[in-house]
Amino acid sequence: MAKSDAFLEVDDLAIHFGGIKAVDGVTFSVKKGEVYTIIGPNGAGKSTIFNLIGRIYDPTHGSVSFEGKRISRLPTHKIVGRGIARTFQNIELFEMATVLDNMLLGRHAHLGAGLLSHMGFFPHVRREEERHRHMIEEVIDFLDLQHYRDQRIAELPYGVRKVVELGRALATEPKLLLLDEPSSGLNVEETEDMAFWISDIQSILGITVVMVEHDMTLVNEVSDRVLAINYGKVIAEGTPEEVQVHPEVIRAYLGGDEDEPAEGPKEGEGDGEG
Amino acid sequence: MRYQFKTEYIQDIRLFRWGGARAFWTLLGVYTLIVAGLNLFMPGQMTALNWVGLGAVSAVLYTVVVRKVAGDALWYGLLGIVVLTAPFVLDIYFVSQLTLVYIYAIAGVGLMLLVGQAGLISLGHAAFMACGAYVAAIMSQQGYDLLVILPAAVLISAMLGFIVGLPALRMTGIYLGFATYAFAYIFEEVLARADGLTGGNNGMLVEMPQLFTFLDGVKIGGLELGPIVIDNEVKLYFLSLALVALTILVGINILRSPTGRAFSAIRDSEVAAEALGVNLAIYKTAAFAISAGMAGLAGALNAYFLSYIFPEAFTILVSIELLVMVLVGGLGSPLGVVFGAIFIVMVPEMVAIAKDILPPAIGEQPGLKNGVYGLILILFLIFEPLGIHGWWLKAKTYFNLFPLYKQGLFKRQKSYMVSERDR
Ligand SMILES: Nc1ncnc2c1ncn2[C@@H]1O[C@H](COP(=O)(O)OP(=O)(O)OP(=O)(O)O)[C@@H](O)[C@H]1O
Ligand SMILES: [Mg+2]
Repeated sequence: MAKSDAFLEVDDLAIHFGGIKAVDGVTFSVKKGEVYTIIGPNGAGKSTIFNLIGRIYDPTHGSVSFEGKRISRLPTHKIVGRGIARTFQNIELFEMATVLDNMLLGRHAHLGAGLLSHMGFFPHVRREEERHRHMIEEVIDFLDLQHYRDQRIAELPYGVRKVVELGRALATEPKLLLLDEPSSGLNVEETEDMAFWISDIQSILGITVVMVEHDMTLVNEVSDRVLAINYGKVIAEGTPEEVQVHPEVIRAYLGGDEDEPAEGPKEGEGDGEG
Repeated sequence: MRYQFKTEYIQDIRLFRWGGARAFWTLLGVYTLIVAGLNLFMPGQMTALNWVGLGAVSAVLYTVVVRKVAGDALWYGLLGIVVLTAPFVLDIYFVSQLTLVYIYAIAGVGLMLLVGQAGLISLGHAAFMACGAYVAAIMSQQGYDLLVILPAAVLISAMLGFIVGLPALRMTGIYLGFATYAFAYIFEEVLARADGLTGGNNGMLVEMPQLFTFLDGVKIGGLELGPIVIDNEVKLYFLSLALVALTILVGINILRSPTGRAFSAIRDSEVAAEALGVNLAIYKTAAFAISAGMAGLAGALNAYFLSYIFPEAFTILVSIELLVMVLVGGLGSPLGVVFGAIFIVMVPEMVAIAKDILPPAIGEQPGLKNGVYGLILILFLIFEPLGIHGWWLKAKTYFNLFPLYKQGLFKRQKSYMVSERDR
């Protein structure tokens, strides 16, 4: 694979937690502008890959490069400055703050003024604040969140929180967006909205999206390519249609040797490997 | 009924949310001018009644001139008149008590930023106060100007806070509490041992500080200027008043700026904060440094207030008192801190009165004061987590909505304290 056209490049990435090889030599690359989806049974290591890209964990070996530069040694807080934003599987919003404040935190990496000028709240701090707020308004309009702007997260229903978290990620003006199960916990209607937004994010905003998703309808609707993993290893890659009929994938979802249900318990699957 | 619609988009980052900043300054300006004028032309002629009357006259003048009763600003303006007048009207004892309220409020604003906003805990704030107090005492001894002493007290305490903040990068909650407590304990011990500098356990006398020493011997026209010596309660009152106003302003500025937002992000979700680019190391230590700096300022004033300091004046009990103060006042707002400070200054007085009334079996018990603190703290945590500030908000809403108030209006606003929530 030519390095030059690879936007995000994950090379032989691995992390071991004690005996568990949560991610075990995963290699893939994402092209600029595509929607790339990672699927796999529970405990396959999907979220862990995101946490490795987002530098929450240090990889045991392997590397991650973004726009041709290695990012797998950066401190965690520098990732967003490179243009990578993410959402979390279990929603990590700032509960006691308002929707507006949550989104404004998305602007943190773009701050100019420092602590001392904040203490004085000098005119340039106010002007900067107003500029960021204009940008946030665009995100709020894009996601139809006007109604919730001044509400605290703790007061919001789950579905709205998911959208706010997406909005906060967009507020960082990312080049690459990592979405961990954007549709989990959403009803059918909300999932459809989410699908529209993801396509809009790709086509209108021109942001590259890597997502983890279980809902195959959503996956088929928005993904350009799909990567299937199981027990921390890649088992298939290709278009959504190709991957879905791949024998390894079917076997993984049907639960290996025994006739375990498709969504088997995490622990059981992890132990099987480790 | 008064409507409070959000009239402007950036309303929430303005100092006076409902407008009237200019009106506020006009009101205070009018009052100060009249007072200054009267004092100049008929010194020593003012009675308590005159002062109150003057306040009323300025308020009326202001309303006529500005033709507008602007929401919050008017109330703050009136409050300004009250606190500017108080030392001339009140008994000297109450002036001292008010000074103490301001001193506690200064330390409280700092602790509120740390505990309420950044979600970190400190049981070591007494040590930062002690640091400020000793810096002030030692530097006054050597004849420095207050303009040098106070910034030095703030900076040195802030540096100490920065160092104490380093453990916060690795621990939270109860562990951080113990770490800061251990630090305060060591610091107290160091003060006791360094008797060459601090007088050790015998303590040290604090000399009255001077302000504007550079004015010494300067003449403008026929008028001979000189430094102001803070040698009585009223001068110390005004010094504390100016500094508490400044501290509250800085506190509000931090709360409405991106720094305050980053603090609350650390409190609510460290993972997300980091993913959005918040450098935890910088912001956590900054929260400690700011908080400690404010505690140091309070400590310096406290040294002048007490005029004699010794290591045992800054034990863990003071740290706990400060924590009780911000929790009872209500986290998250400088106004709450002021309420808390009033509370913390009043309780010992109340307890002293109660001691005479209660039967000796209870009244003579040692530690009655701390028992009362504890009890009130528990009651607040259970029944009113928003603290006294919560009552204030309710009262305000009640009057704003007046005829439309209905039972259960505040049910939904029940909130919880963020401390050891699963992150
Ligand atoms: N911090 C950790 N410490 C130990 N084990 C971990 C840790 N994080 C993840 N694991 C383990 O690694 C494996 C992969 O977890 P991961 O969360 O990546 O799965 P996933 O594919 O996202 O699953 P799901 O679909 O349920 O979200 C699991 O067995 C999990 O228990
Ligand atoms: Mg997951």
